[in-house]
Amino acid sequence: MDHSGPENQRDERIEPQDRYELLPDATAESRLHQELARTWYVPKGVIGWFSVVDHRTIGKRYIVTAFSFFGFAGLLAALMRVQLAVPNNHFLGPDLYNQVFTTHGTMMMFLFAVPVMEAMGVYLVPLMVGARNIAFPRLNTFSYFVYLFGGIMLTATMLMNTAPDAGWFSYVPLAGPDFTPGKRSDFWAQLITFTEVSGLAVAVELVTTIFKTRAPGMSLNRMPLFVWAMLVASFMIIFSMPSVVTSSSILLLDRLVGTHFYNPAEGGDALLWQHLFWFFGHPEVYIIFVPALGMVSSIIAAFTQRPVFGYTALVLALVATGFIGFGLWVHHMFATGLPQLGLTYFTAASMVIAIPSGVQIFCWIASLWRGRPRFHAPLLFVVGFIAIFVLGGLSGVTLASVPFDLQVHDTYYVVAHFHYVLLGGAVFPLIGGIYFWFPKMTGRMMDDGLGRVNFWVLFFGFNITFFPMHILGFEGMPRRIYTYPAELGWGTLNLVSSLGAGLLAIGGLLLLVNVVRSYRFGAVATDNPWHADTLEWGTTSPPPVYNFLHLPVVEGRNALWDRSEDAPVVTGIRSDCREVLVTDVMDAEPSNKVSYPDPSIWPFLCAVVTSAFFIGSIFTPWALPVAILPLAITLIGWFWPKSEAADAPGVKKPLREVA
Amino acid sequence: MNRRRVLDVAALPDSAFGHQGLVWWGTVGFMVIEGSMFVIAIIVYFYLRLKVEAWPPGLPDPDPTFGTANLIVVLISVAPAAAAKAAAEKFDLSRVRSWLAVLVAMGVVSVVLRAFEYPALNCRWDDNAYGSIVWVLISMHTIHVATDVVDSAVLLVMAFTQPLTRKRYVDLSENSLYWYFIVAWWVPIYLVIYFAPRWL
Repeated sequence: MDHSGPENQRDERIEPQDRYELLPDATAESRLHQELARTWYVPKGVIGWFSVVDHRTIGKRYIVTAFSFFGFAGLLAALMRVQLAVPNNHFLGPDLYNQVFTTHGTMMMFLFAVPVMEAMGVYLVPLMVGARNIAFPRLNTFSYFVYLFGGIMLTATMLMNTAPDAGWFSYVPLAGPDFTPGKRSDFWAQLITFTEVSGLAVAVELVTTIFKTRAPGMSLNRMPLFVWAMLVASFMIIFSMPSVVTSSSILLLDRLVGTHFYNPAEGGDALLWQHLFWFFGHPEVYIIFVPALGMVSSIIAAFTQRPVFGYTALVLALVATGFIGFGLWVHHMFATGLPQLGLTYFTAASMVIAIPSGVQIFCWIASLWRGRPRFHAPLLFVVGFIAIFVLGGLSGVTLASVPFDLQVHDTYYVVAHFHYVLLGGAVFPLIGGIYFWFPKMTGRMMDDGLGRVNFWVLFFGFNITFFPMHILGFEGMPRRIYTYPAELGWGTLNLVSSLGAGLLAIGGLLLLVNVVRSYRFGAVATDNPWHADTLEWGTTSPPPVYNFLHLPVVEGRNALWDRSEDAPVVTGIRSDCREVLVTDVMDAEPSNKVSYPDPSIWPFLCAVVTSAFFIGSIFTPWALPVAILPLAITLIGWFWPKSEAADAPGVKKPLREVA
Repeated sequence: MNRRRVLDVAALPDSAFGHQGLVWWGTVGFMVIEGSMFVIAIIVYFYLRLKVEAWPPGLPDPDPTFGTANLIVVLISVAPAAAAKAAAEKFDLSRVRSWLAVLVAMGVVSVVLRAFEYPALNCRWDDNAYGSIVWVLISMHTIHVATDVVDSAVLLVMAFTQPLTRKRYVDLSENSLYWYFIVAWWVPIYLVIYFAPRWL
């Protein structure tokens, strides 16, 4: 068999040609646009809706879905605040209250916070690195539907009064077979499987997109800070989520087939759960928080009209956070009687992580100080973030100290702390990010005036809700109690907190109103309404299906601001198939090209089978053998080449025929 | 100005083996994830070991006969995997077909041997925590072996029925990489399952 045709002689490194050519006329450009639009089409119709593989559509669906779960979990929080507003209240019974706080925490962490950050990455990262789609687009579609089905499952259990009730971290033995009979904890365990499968898939897509499909010239040291943040968060997902998948799977096995991992009577160990859970659970906080830091940097650069101060320090701080975040998990377990020496180490590590956070805060303050900040809604949310996050960080440092932690462990002080860190540290920048990128995603501006009102309502609502909880914690109010007697004197602060929650709810509603109204009636956005520096602002708002008519070449760290008159564009990428450019990891030099797959229904079908398997395995181990065949069929359908032309358009003739 | 500067990439190849291509990154990404799960399962094994006096607690040691046979089979199977990879990278269809067929056959042998390994563990998953982790360890690995055998079989069918494109040769090459990963993990898991009870 001879394969030495000219097709096969191209493995030697071929340099791209940097040269001048005649400017194409308008007809040629419009023909290119038409051809790209035809190639990168987004399918229509019902089957089309389930077959979409483009990152913008999937990214937007992810964001809307995640915010829907945010709304639902927020309503659950409102129910809790109604229940706790006055002593001896019986609005919610103890059993329902347990389900409500468990579902609130689980949904916020697993169905909102982590997915929404990944969702922003799915939408923004390919645009920011100048790519036409995310890497492994069909996997992206699959991950979305798996996530959606998992979320629907948890919501359904809540509505059917059979939701998990052992807390969002589902400690054994409470969550084990002896103390939670029935299926509630199994739903929790499988929700973890759903969300982690989708989360891990997105992390691999993002790492590949960032490492291999950056625009030529965007070397690592020119990468936007948001992209760096998504890269660090993706690596943290890859290294932490396997731990929680393992722990929740063996919990399911303990409950379903009688293994004894967490059963001390048969050589198992309950603390094993806490180690495995928090080895994931602590990095998870940073998985949520690190992308938000990237958003903060993007917003500050745009609203001060200058590069963020200390790029290198900020990148190093992000990376350091990624590493140190894995060395803190035992500070969640200070009250479990572990050896003193171990506790000391984890105290030190927990304090060390304040250093990179501090470095970032000072860099941002310096940027704001030296620039002329324009206080539009997105920047207000960033300033609010700095204020709230510093407070949350300080209470975090106090909790790192073992004697202090033992005093406030499992009290409302901890509830106050992590809401300051998560809402202040992640949700405020996220909402700022929504105001900031909304014009790019929809082509319309959000109402800035309403946005400022929105900010102040949320800012006051937040602080009124959560600040009193610090004091309640000092006064000894434990977490997860459904009511309390009047004599303890916790009534007033709880009432204040509940009123604040009402204000927070109004703030959430204002955001919704602003989004819906702006989506329909907002002022039409220009390509770059904020005069920002990253590549997504270099294409239309919203971007065309192919993202960029000509793939850009990047000449500096601030891609649009540094673009010279003479900036080259990439040519030689096919427009009749979904060909994309692959570049080097370090310097983003063009390396080769690859064609991405077309839309397909198979990833959706595979997600349906996967979900049926996950839910079935709550009830019977036979779900595995039953699911294998349909799973194999859908996977083969997914990967089977549709036809020669669709499979590899870069090859005129199959090699076999060439031979 | 009626001229523009362009970076013309038309001459670049439309597929690439190894870390220059995208498939490699996806494969390695999932290898890291699954490798982390193996690491965690092994940590769980030794964590549980610390909790009891005797190991295995109240059960006979596992019998390593079939496990060792399986180890030999998968170690030898690295050769056809490497040959199939090399052939794929030379676009040599006939060699790809034959070496991939050998690889699939050895994979099937490995799965069959696994069926004999389970009874030789001398424990059930619900005997105690030791039995639980041993079953989970071996089953995690078995799922990987079985999945990659099916995957290789599908590629083999494609190699015989479909006109193979350059892109498909990349998949063939990365398939062997994934097989190396599975074989490499059998070494520590084999040692843990069969010899940790004897040596510890």
